[in-house]
Amino acid sequence: MPGGNPGIPEAESGNNIWSRRDLLSLAAWGAILTCFAAAGLAILRMLFPRVLFEPPTSFRAGYPVDYAVNDVSEKWMKSQRVWVVRTPSTIYALLGICTHLGCTPRWLGPENKFKCPCHGSGYTKDGVNFEGPTPRPLERVKIALGDDGQLVVDKAFRYRYELGQWDDPNAYVKFTGA
Amino acid sequence: MPPDIETKKKPGIFDVITENYVWRSIFRHGYADTPRNRVLQVSANVWLHLHPSKMRRHGIRYRHTWCAGGLTFLLYLCTVVTGVVLMFYYRPTGEYAYWDVKYLDFDVPFGMIMRNMHRWSAHGMVIFIWLHMFRVFMTGSYKPPREFNWVVGVNLLTLTLLLSFTGYLLPWDQLAIWAVTVGTNMARATPLLGNEGPFGPQLGMTPRYDARALLTAGTVVGSPTLLRFYVLHCIFIPIIASILMILHFWRIRKDGGISGPL
Repeated sequence: MPGGNPGIPEAESGNNIWSRRDLLSLAAWGAILTCFAAAGLAILRMLFPRVLFEPPTSFRAGYPVDYAVNDVSEKWMKSQRVWVVRTPSTIYALLGICTHLGCTPRWLGPENKFKCPCHGSGYTKDGVNFEGPTPRPLERVKIALGDDGQLVVDKAFRYRYELGQWDDPNAYVKFTGA
Repeated sequence: MPPDIETKKKPGIFDVITENYVWRSIFRHGYADTPRNRVLQVSANVWLHLHPSKMRRHGIRYRHTWCAGGLTFLLYLCTVVTGVVLMFYYRPTGEYAYWDVKYLDFDVPFGMIMRNMHRWSAHGMVIFIWLHMFRVFMTGSYKPPREFNWVVGVNLLTLTLLLSFTGYLLPWDQLAIWAVTVGTNMARATPLLGNEGPFGPQLGMTPRYDARALLTAGTVVGSPTLLRFYVLHCIFIPIIASILMILHFWRIRKDGGISGPL
């Protein structure tokens, strides 16, 4: 229908997409919704603080000779939630957080396993899961020898067995001394 | 008001209280038992506005409704009143929360009963909300035209459980901290938004920035978590729940009142 129907004004004939009134209305609503969206994003971002006031993740764990071979040391468990385990050739640090839902497992010496009281997840001395609902092994954390010869454990760096990270040089300290 | 029998008898104390300018400015209806006043008592009175001016006989039978929804609302009101009273003594920081609860339990006059009323009302609310849901299901009251109100009710159920969950942390004892540790750790597995959930890591979720960090205000359950749960428990969820309750009750009337007997 070229030229449109001459009897009908342009705005009502459907040849224009928006009338002036529609345009102003949409612009106003757009501005209002944009304001709300911006405020919503600001509130969402505000809920994630930049600084967390949480305990320090790193601590000195004494000298390697303090730990007996094949022993699971609970020395730092209460204050740091970390077990230090010494094998004949290495020392590693296991994080005492159950990988199921975050409770604290217990080391059961006579049974040679870690056992979580919440839902019954069990781990071997290495930290590998073998019973209960947990889907993966305990995490190991960064351990190194400091300048003063003490072990330095840093819980901010975590190493996961299922990702092959336990072989990372930071995940254990080589030590065979007495 | 048209002259009737009431105006001719000697006014009693009840009439003196209710038949004057101040009272009638608040409650606009008369009390004489006329059909018009009955309707006005409900439709013109904000306090009684929830009730329909007329209802069917089966609707007031306990056997039909168990009054489970009404009791849920009553228990909600109990938690609101006692909860506000508890707020006068409770400080939601890691330093004070546990000791304030002890103080409430052992030293504040009537503190223990207020706290226990809050606790048991909350438990009762959860129990009665399930009974209400069961009754509504068994009487088929979820069917059209009431299907939207069923959906509102399911949302109210969810909010009630969230109120229980957020309130659980506030005593700040071992039970609270570990229960919430377990509960918030489930949020790690949220699809897309959790750092261990499906497609979470691919979308850049980390323990520091994901759904769980939003709840715990950090990477561990600590003092910021307590404050966040307190605000959710006392402000955010009750307001949303109250709005939905208003909608829920209003829809009962708009959907034709309490459903008929089977």
